[in-house]
Amino acid sequence: MVAVGLRQIGTVDDRIRRQTKIPPPQPPVAAEGGMGSCHERLIDQSLTSRYTDWIVEALDEMPENFLITDPGISGHPIVFASRGFLAMSGYAREEVVGRNGRIFQGPATDRRSVMEIREAIREERTLQISLLNYRKDGTPHWILFHLCPVFGMEDGRVIHFVAVQVPIPRRSRCARSGARRMVYGACRNEVRLDEDHGCNLAVDSVIGLEAEETREASDREKEKALNAANSILSTLAHYSKLTGRVVCTKRCSSAGIAPLSSAVNISLGRIKQSFVLTDPHLPDMPIVYASDEFLSLTGYSRHEVLGCNCRFLKGPGTDVGVLRQIQDCIQAQQACSVRLLNYRKDGSSFWNRLHISPVRNSSGKIAFYVGVQIDENSKCDEHGLSPEMRQLGAVGQVKVAVRSFSSHAGPSRPSS
Amino acid sequence: MEMLTIKRVPTVLSNYQEDAAEPRGCGRNCLGECCLPFSKLPLYVFKSDAELPVSPSDATEEPPADFFLNSLLLGQWEDRMSRGLFRYDVTTCETKVIPGEQGFIAQLNEGRHLKKRPTEFRVDRVLQPFDPTKFNFTKVGQEEALFRFEAGEGNKARFFESAPVDGASSPSVVVINVSPIEYGHVLLIPRLLDCLPQRIDAECFLLALHMAAEAGNPYFRLGYNSLGAFATINHLHFQAYYLSLPFPVEKAPTKKIPMAKGLANSGLKVSLLMNYPVRGLVYEGGNTLKDLADVVANSCICLQKSNIPFNVLISDSGRRIFLFPQCYAEKQALGEVSQELLDTQVNPAVWEISGHMVLKRKKDYEEASEDYAWSLLAEVSLSEERFQEVKAHILEATGLVEVEVEHADVNESKGTSYQSTPADTTHFSEGCLVLQ
Repeated sequence: MVAVGLRQIGTVDDRIRRQTKIPPPQPPVAAEGGMGSCHERLIDQSLTSRYTDWIVEALDEMPENFLITDPGISGHPIVFASRGFLAMSGYAREEVVGRNGRIFQGPATDRRSVMEIREAIREERTLQISLLNYRKDGTPHWILFHLCPVFGMEDGRVIHFVAVQVPIPRRSRCARSGARRMVYGACRNEVRLDEDHGCNLAVDSVIGLEAEETREASDREKEKALNAANSILSTLAHYSKLTGRVVCTKRCSSAGIAPLSSAVNISLGRIKQSFVLTDPHLPDMPIVYASDEFLSLTGYSRHEVLGCNCRFLKGPGTDVGVLRQIQDCIQAQQACSVRLLNYRKDGSSFWNRLHISPVRNSSGKIAFYVGVQIDENSKCDEHGLSPEMRQLGAVGQVKVAVRSFSSHAGPSRPSS
Repeated sequence: MEMLTIKRVPTVLSNYQEDAAEPRGCGRNCLGECCLPFSKLPLYVFKSDAELPVSPSDATEEPPADFFLNSLLLGQWEDRMSRGLFRYDVTTCETKVIPGEQGFIAQLNEGRHLKKRPTEFRVDRVLQPFDPTKFNFTKVGQEEALFRFEAGEGNKARFFESAPVDGASSPSVVVINVSPIEYGHVLLIPRLLDCLPQRIDAECFLLALHMAAEAGNPYFRLGYNSLGAFATINHLHFQAYYLSLPFPVEKAPTKKIPMAKGLANSGLKVSLLMNYPVRGLVYEGGNTLKDLADVVANSCICLQKSNIPFNVLISDSGRRIFLFPQCYAEKQALGEVSQELLDTQVNPAVWEISGHMVLKRKKDYEEASEDYAWSLLAEVSLSEERFQEVKAHILEATGLVEVEVEHADVNESKGTSYQSTPADTTHFSEGCLVLQ
């Protein structure tokens, strides 16, 4: 039986002792119930499910300023903020965990730098860049931002991103005796769901800035960032071995099904509707992506549906003719809209206005089929937005997300 | 000066283009005076005063933040796809990023120019009067219209699924491009019934910026081509589409032009585009969207008056705007472009200049290289000397004064506080306040 000790700054001996202990049994994967709490649970378990409960203590002992984010969770939220980061930024842990990293951007944050970070995330690679960030009190400060992906060894998927921040102090050359200039600043845009829309700060405050166009980091700072990242990554890699779900710093060539890239995952995660992606190139056309809303509509958990064909939704009252119609459309590589009776995990049924459409990737060939479900009984949207319009919007969003991506290594099939 | 013309194959922009010659009656349900004012279209009213916070009671009436792009625009576009209104399914066109530093994007689209109809179009005049006998957007069928996009008076966005046009002062309409370059390719036509020629003015440019801001997604960009810079229709319009990749021009480094303090500044930042085959200016900042729109519009008006063709890319959800004066059409007409480049039949308009190229021949697509893209675009750019002249001209016209960095008035610490109008006393010698 493992004794849960008091959380304290451990000595090296303590750490070694902990590392050799048997980790506590993993909590069972919670059934995905209500939306909000499900999302919170995912954030809570993001680290512990892969690196064991010990990881939080281990990370808490590290003096560096860093964040860990999970691109597999809708909104690409922060799942861990180090004590050093919180001290530097002035935020409390609960104000940061669950939010997206763009909250630290502000009016004078260089847009091109924001774009570079976005692209590094999309391309799943390491990036080191100077960036102007904002603390909780609204004051800006320069940091060297060092981003690196953490890959699952088994499937090559990006499990987390680690973002280290090293403050860049003002160099003597730039020192000025002038008073701070106060300028009325206002954000043009309000908070948006889009991924890198900067400036979510309170809009009517006066922001004092001493703006420089850029601030170069010294070699020392770059080295510090790199060392911090390596230290964090090796800690994560170490603890991942305890669960068997090992991570590494480079994507290993994966056997088996190639995962959806994290960028596609991030895009799909933003679509707040019930839908699935199925892969017509794999035997029995299994589900390769299921939205949170699909899971709550049908009552299944994610691991119960991934890899399965959608037929588990049919039941005694499902019209066989409609199923055939769906088959025919897929054979013909065409979109279709049908209405059919579907069944949840608990056996209850609902009328599903289902729209299915082929989705092509950058090769121009069909990579997936998307199926967007509307539960006829569910309350209609306010604002007079018809569910059909939203449904087609989901299809469009899936298409643009997949359009720019090429298929990863996988079994080659005759062209569709 | 002799009128320069080149025979060009027009982009097919509407299913009804071929009927442009004869005037049509009301029966067609078009977007002209005969039909539009008596019709109903979906209407999206955007919040025109974005600074004002939305009160909680108002907030519930507003559509959700991502509604405009994700549900309305993309959803309606997908709907027109399913109705077969496009000439082809653009998602079947292979696309790739060309290996290299810049990351040019190439697409193989063999079917884009299906109907070849030669059009004579003056390329040496940026401003030409609207000609109702030529194709224009009043002749487009209403099924190609997705929605109206207009400013509201209030501080909240609204959506009306079916609003009567009648009474609207001058509807601005978003229509599909039936020969799309990418998914979601639409045209924004400000004040459609006013039949404005292809020419920038401050109000219409602000409308375009609002559309970019409303979409709120860096992968949804707007573009503008002047006459002489490969606009194919002399009826005021902006293009827009969605592509989840960075454009090479967006990745190119920039160098800020240091500005003297002055009323015109208003927190704006103007930079030179560096390390890119086409010389251009990059505009960012401004206390309000209108400030940014005004300075870019004034720059364009200056170019228009000087008869310099240009292209504009609105990027980063309306936060970064690229302005490219160009001279390719003139070179082409004068026979100064190499045959090899001409054979690829790529007319460098705003998307091509930004780094997204549609190629018509498989050979060109397969062999597409960064060198090819660079050399094509290099032909588009003004020479360094000419560009400096044009730049100076633009700065003068917009009231911006470039300074030498060393002469910065370091002692001018007139720390102004709490000014409600855009400050004129902040100085920008070493940095520039980039306010959104």
